[in-house]
Amino acid sequence: MAHNAGAHHDADATKKEVVRITTYLTILTLVELAIGFYMYKADLPEGFFRHFLKGVIVILMLWKAFYIVAYFMHLKHEVKNLIMTIVVPLFLFIWFIIAFLYDGASYKNLRNTYDPYHKEQSQIKMEPSEHGAHGAHGTEAQKEGALD
Amino acid sequence: MAQAVPTGQKLWGGGKSPFNVEYGKIMMWYFLMSDAFTFGAFLISYGTIRFATNGWPDPNHVFNSFPGLGSGFPLLFVSLMTFILIISSVTMVLAVHAGHRNDKKGVVKNLILTIIGGAAFLACQAWEWTHLYHEGAWWGSNPFPNADGTQATANFSNFFFTITGFHGFHVFSGVIINIIMLIMTLNGVFERRGHYLMIEKAGLYWHFVDLVWVFVFTCFYLI
Repeated sequence: MAHNAGAHHDADATKKEVVRITTYLTILTLVELAIGFYMYKADLPEGFFRHFLKGVIVILMLWKAFYIVAYFMHLKHEVKNLIMTIVVPLFLFIWFIIAFLYDGASYKNLRNTYDPYHKEQSQIKMEPSEHGAHGAHGTEAQKEGALD
Repeated sequence: MAQAVPTGQKLWGGGKSPFNVEYGKIMMWYFLMSDAFTFGAFLISYGTIRFATNGWPDPNHVFNSFPGLGSGFPLLFVSLMTFILIISSVTMVLAVHAGHRNDKKGVVKNLILTIIGGAAFLACQAWEWTHLYHEGAWWGSNPFPNADGTQATANFSNFFFTITGFHGFHVFSGVIINIIMLIMTLNGVFERRGHYLMIEKAGLYWHFVDLVWVFVFTCFYLI
């Protein structure tokens, strides 16, 4: 009888945790979507506030990732050394992301500085074409593998 | 909150798992690490190209259709897809918990729900791809203009289809694995073994698929 009660309590406790984490994930997702929708509705211009909101969305995304990995994948309850073999290599991503995005931005700035034709070309407005035109290509021919 | 190990116990002396976890589970974790770096590389290359490009389409003006409702509903369809995948992850957690209790019926029920969720997500993704294709988008072809009205690069659709394609393929293989798990459960394989650890490993893969979607959906639809 006592064992049954214990087992029942365990099942209840785990079910409670599942509901709790699911609720957190749902709330975080809804907030992300609300911010995304706001950025669309308010038609925010490119600037600090827009980038700040994108940063908030990224933080919320990482928060969700933590919940999924720690609770759904149970990593939080594993042996500390196992947790570290998973988490420590992921710190490589911090360098990876910063280095590559910085490099991309640098490429863009250098190209705009030293290739005025490229900068001009990217400022030509498109002819408004019919929505749904299948296989419609723009005014400039696309070379395969071209960066732009 | 990590698992406690009694002091003085020789962790690396052999004969037992130093991580207190079976070999197959550790290997699944390490496979997921490698897959995480693969998807990470894809998404970071997407970010690099996007940062290196002067103009880019606004996702809310590209992805704004809902089946049956037409266009003008940004973020709605992708929200549905995200919730479907999150709920399928929840049912997978419940399947694993049922396995801990050796509750075969519970495992079967929750595996079926997870499979349905995965199949629903694939159907949604197929609809999204078909819809975009009919608007003229495909590898090498991008009909959508940049946010500022200028001519956009085909990289937009190239990256979208490639990365969501890889993710969709992982969802597909996850659904197949879950179906195999279901058949094995129904045949009493785990009942005879005395444990449902295989379901846990399949669960890790399924949660990973959900996790990748969290990142993919944020990168392509939100930021």
